[in-house]
Amino acid sequence: MKFGVIVFPGSNCDHDAFYAVNHNLGQPAEFIWHDSRSLGDVDAVILPGGFSYGDYLRCGAIARFSPVMQAVQRFAAEGGLVLGICNGFQILVEAGLLPGALIRNRGLTLICRELRLRVSTTHSPFTGALRDGQVLRVPIAHGEGCYFADERTLDELEAEDRVVFRYLDNPNGSLRDIAGILNRERNVMGMMPHPERASDPLMGSTDGLGVFQSMLAAVQAARPVAEVRP
Amino acid sequence: MSTIAITPDLIAQHQLTPGEYRKIVDILGREPNYTELGIFSVMWSEHCSYKSSRLHLKKLPTRGKLVVQGPGENAGIIDIGGGYVIAFKIESHNHPSFIEPFQGAATGSGGILRDIFTMGARPIAVLDSLRFGRLDDPKTGARNRRILTGVVAGIAHYGNCFGVPTLGGECIFEPCYDGNPLVNVFALGICRKEDVFYAKAAGVGNPVIYVGARTGRDGIHGASMASAEFTEESKQKRPNVQVGDPFMEKLLLEACIEAMQTGAIVGIQDMGAAGLTCSTCEMGSRGEVGIEIELDKVPQRETGMTPYEIMLSESQERMLLVAASGREQEVYQVFRKWGLEAVEIGKVTGDGRLRVRHHGQVVAEIPNRELADEAPLYDRPHTAPPVAPAAPPAALFAGGEAPVIADALPRLLAAPDICSKRWVWEQYDYQVRTNTLAGPERADAAILRIKETGTAIALSLDGNGRYAHLSPREGAQLAVAECCRNLSTVGAQPVAATNCLNFGNPERPEIMAQLVEAIEGMADACRFFETPITGGNVSLYNETLGEGIYPTPVMGIVGLLKIAAPLAIPFVNAGRSIVLLGGVGTCDDVRFGSTEYAKEIVHQLWGLPPALDMEKEKRVQEAMRQVAAEGLAESAHDLSDGGLAVALAECCFGAGQIGAQVDLDSDLRPEILLFHEAPSRILVSTANPKAVAAIAEQHGVEAVIIGKTFESGLEIRQRGNTLGAWDIAVLRSAYENALMR
Repeated sequence: MKFGVIVFPGSNCDHDAFYAVNHNLGQPAEFIWHDSRSLGDVDAVILPGGFSYGDYLRCGAIARFSPVMQAVQRFAAEGGLVLGICNGFQILVEAGLLPGALIRNRGLTLICRELRLRVSTTHSPFTGALRDGQVLRVPIAHGEGCYFADERTLDELEAEDRVVFRYLDNPNGSLRDIAGILNRERNVMGMMPHPERASDPLMGSTDGLGVFQSMLAAVQAARPVAEVRP
Repeated sequence: MSTIAITPDLIAQHQLTPGEYRKIVDILGREPNYTELGIFSVMWSEHCSYKSSRLHLKKLPTRGKLVVQGPGENAGIIDIGGGYVIAFKIESHNHPSFIEPFQGAATGSGGILRDIFTMGARPIAVLDSLRFGRLDDPKTGARNRRILTGVVAGIAHYGNCFGVPTLGGECIFEPCYDGNPLVNVFALGICRKEDVFYAKAAGVGNPVIYVGARTGRDGIHGASMASAEFTEESKQKRPNVQVGDPFMEKLLLEACIEAMQTGAIVGIQDMGAAGLTCSTCEMGSRGEVGIEIELDKVPQRETGMTPYEIMLSESQERMLLVAASGREQEVYQVFRKWGLEAVEIGKVTGDGRLRVRHHGQVVAEIPNRELADEAPLYDRPHTAPPVAPAAPPAALFAGGEAPVIADALPRLLAAPDICSKRWVWEQYDYQVRTNTLAGPERADAAILRIKETGTAIALSLDGNGRYAHLSPREGAQLAVAECCRNLSTVGAQPVAATNCLNFGNPERPEIMAQLVEAIEGMADACRFFETPITGGNVSLYNETLGEGIYPTPVMGIVGLLKIAAPLAIPFVNAGRSIVLLGGVGTCDDVRFGSTEYAKEIVHQLWGLPPALDMEKEKRVQEAMRQVAAEGLAESAHDLSDGGLAVALAECCFGAGQIGAQVDLDSDLRPEILLFHEAPSRILVSTANPKAVAAIAEQHGVEAVIIGKTFESGLEIRQRGNTLGAWDIAVLRSAYENALMR
C-alpha cells in the first residue's frame, strides 16, 4: 500500500507522518507538493499537521483553495481514504469534506499534552483494527482544536456513528468531547490528536499506529485478491 | 542624506564616544556621512562588537576533539559521529522582550533559529532560559504576569509554527528582573558534516543575493537599543522592536536548505542585529573581500526609505547569500518554488570595502575589516563585585522546629522557581519531529533521538542569579557543574557548551568585576569538565533606572548518549532502595544564604553560594553515568533548588505516585539537612543498591542508602525522628497549581 503525504509550505508534521507509515508501519510513502494537481497512484492520503500557509487567518482557510485540495476532493469522491491530522483536520473542515468547525481552545492557549482517547466506532477504515471502547494514549498539540457544530449536526454525527474518537479528559472544550469524525461515506476522517506521534515505542506509546494499521488492512481488503498477492 | 551635519550631539545620540568617533575618522581618512555614522554605530555597539567583553571572552576554552567550529561564526558546531554534526547557540533578546514581550520573544526565537540554519543545519530543538519579576509582588506583579504571558506566547507562536520542538529550559522569578526580564533562547540543529555552510563571501564578481522578507522601517537601531540601560523613555522604543513572521521563516528554512543542496551557494549569513550592514561587512571581512551593493535593488516594504534606514533596518526573516557566478538561476528556482523573493543586490569585489550605492550614487564606503573586526576594544576598569551581607539573620535559628519543617516543604514546592512550569511548556509543541525522548520536566535533561545516526543527545540549560550575585565566580562554576550533572543524571556524556552572559552596565567597575569573575569561573569549570564553549552571547546594560539585575550567566550544555528509554525523575516501583550518590553533604549558615529556603522561608539573601568541589563533582557524575550505562537505576534526579527534600518530593510525582521513607544520618540542623543546596548529589532508585554502591566506591564517591520507595506517602526522618510526613497528592497539588494561581 502506498501513502501520499501532502506538503503545504507550512506543514511541519509531514516528515513525522511519513516516518510513521514508512518506518513504523513499513509501507511505501511519498510527499505530494501543494501545487500538484494529481495525487498519482497513492492508495491513501494524509494531510499532516502544521500551519499550511501560516494560518494567520483561520486555520486551513487558505489551504482549501490550493491546487492539491482539488485533487484530494476528487480522490475522496472516488472513495479514496483521506486522513486529516490536526491542521489536516482543520483543512478538511474548511474544504467542506467534513462538517463543523475547529475554533480556539477553551483556554485560549495552545496545548501540547499526551492524553487519553476512547475509540467510539470501529466501523471505519481508520479504526477497523482497534477495539470498540478501547482507550488510546495519543498526544495533542493545537491552539484551535475545539470541535464545534450546531446541535443538529452533532446529533446527526452521533446517529450515523460518525464520531470516531472522544477525549476522556476534554482539553479544549470540544462539544460532546469530539476528537475525530468521519464523513458520511466513511472514507474521510479528521482528528486533532497526532497518531503519528504515538507510533514508535521510543515515543512512549504506539497506540496511534492502530490508525495506520487499520488503513492498511482496509486498503488490502478492498483490493482484488490477485492484486494483493505478489 | 549626506547633507545632515555630523554634530557632537548626533554622535552622542548614536552612542559613540568622542574617542570612537576619532577612530572612525582615522579609518575613513575623512568625516563620515550620516549613513556611515549609522553603520559604525550599530557595528560598534556593545551588542554587535562585544567591545567590553571580548578581552575576557578570550579566556574561555574553545577547543576540543569534537569541536568543528568554535566562536566567531553564527553558531558553534560539534561532531556527533556517524557523519553528522550539530550546530547550536544561545542568544538573548532581553531588551526587546521588556518593551514588547510577545514580538520581542518571538523574534528572539526567530533570530537564533536563523543562526542555526544559516550554517546548513536544520533546527531540531529549542530551550529557553527565562527570568521575570515576581508574579506576587503587589506593585509589579500584574505587569510581570503580562510580560511572562507575552513572552511565553511569543516563543510558542514562533517555534510551534516554524516546527521545532521547544523542550523546556528554566523559568525563574526575582524582584531584580522586574524592569528587565531575561529571555535567552537556545537552538540546536543537525546536518551532515560535509553540508556545513559558512558566512564567508568569496570569489570576486560573484553575485550577492538578498532573499526572504522585504525590508521595512522596523527595528532600526535595535542593536544600539540593546546596548543601553532602560529609562522612562524606553517605552517609546516600541517601534524599535521587530515583528516576527514564523511562516516566512519556515519558508526561508526550507528554501535555504534546498538551495544549499544545489552547490551554487558560496556563503550565507542571516540578517539579524544590524541587518544588511552586519551581513555584508561580516561576510566580506571573513572572506577578506569587498562587497558592493545597490540599495535600489533591495526589496522594500515601504516607499521613500533612506539609505540609513535600509542599512540599519532589522526587519526579520531575511538572508544574504553569495552564489557562484553563472549559477544564480539554480538558486532563484528554489526560492521561487517556495514563493520567496531572491534578488541580486550587488557583487563581491576585490578591494575589501563595503560600498553602498543608492540611485547609483555611493552613499557609504567603509573598509570591511575595520568595520567588522576592529571595533574598539575596552579593558574597562573592574574593582570587586558588590558584597552581600555575610551573616545569616537571627530568624534562621528559629526555623528548626518540626512544624516549620513540615510546612516548609509544600511552601517550597509552590515557590515560583521550583513549582511546575506546566502552564508554560504545555504551550510549546515539544514533540514535533517525533524525536523527543524526554521533554519538559520529565528527566533532568531534555533528550532527543537523532534518527540520522541512531544515537541521542541530551540538553541542559542552567544559571542561578542568586548564586552569581553572591559570588560571580562560584556562581558561574556552579552553573557549568549543574548542567553537566543534569546531563550525567540521564546518562549522557557532556561534550560542549554555549553561554549567555546577562549583566548590568559594564561601565560601572563593580559590574565589570562581576562579568570578569564570572567569565573566569566559567572558563575554569568548562576546562575542568571538558566542555569547550563553541559560541554564545553577551547581553550587557541589563538595568532599568539604575537598578541592575543579578549577574546571570546562563549555560547551555550538550551531551551524547545511546538511544534508550529515558532515565526519568519519578520513582517507578515501590520497595526499591533510594541511594544518594555523593552523600547528604554539608553546608554552613553562610553557604545556606543562597538557597530557595533562604529566599522563600527566611525572605533574605546572604553569604555565599553552595561550595563546589569540582573533583568530587566530576567523580559523582562519572559514577552516575556508569550506573545509568549499566541499567542499574530505575529513576534518577539531581539535587538542586530546594535541596534533598524538594528533590525527593519531585521523585514522588510520577504516574503511580510512588512515595518514599528515608532516614538521614546527619548532625546538620534539620532545615539545613533537608533544604541545603550543596551540589554533587544525585538521587537514584534501584533494585540493586549493592551494585550501585560498588560503582560509587570505584569512583571514590560516597553512596548512602537513605531509604526505600513505598506505595504512598513521603516521610523523612533524621536518626529515627520524623521531620515530616506528607500526603503525596497534597504536595503535588502545591507543586502543580502554584504558577498561575
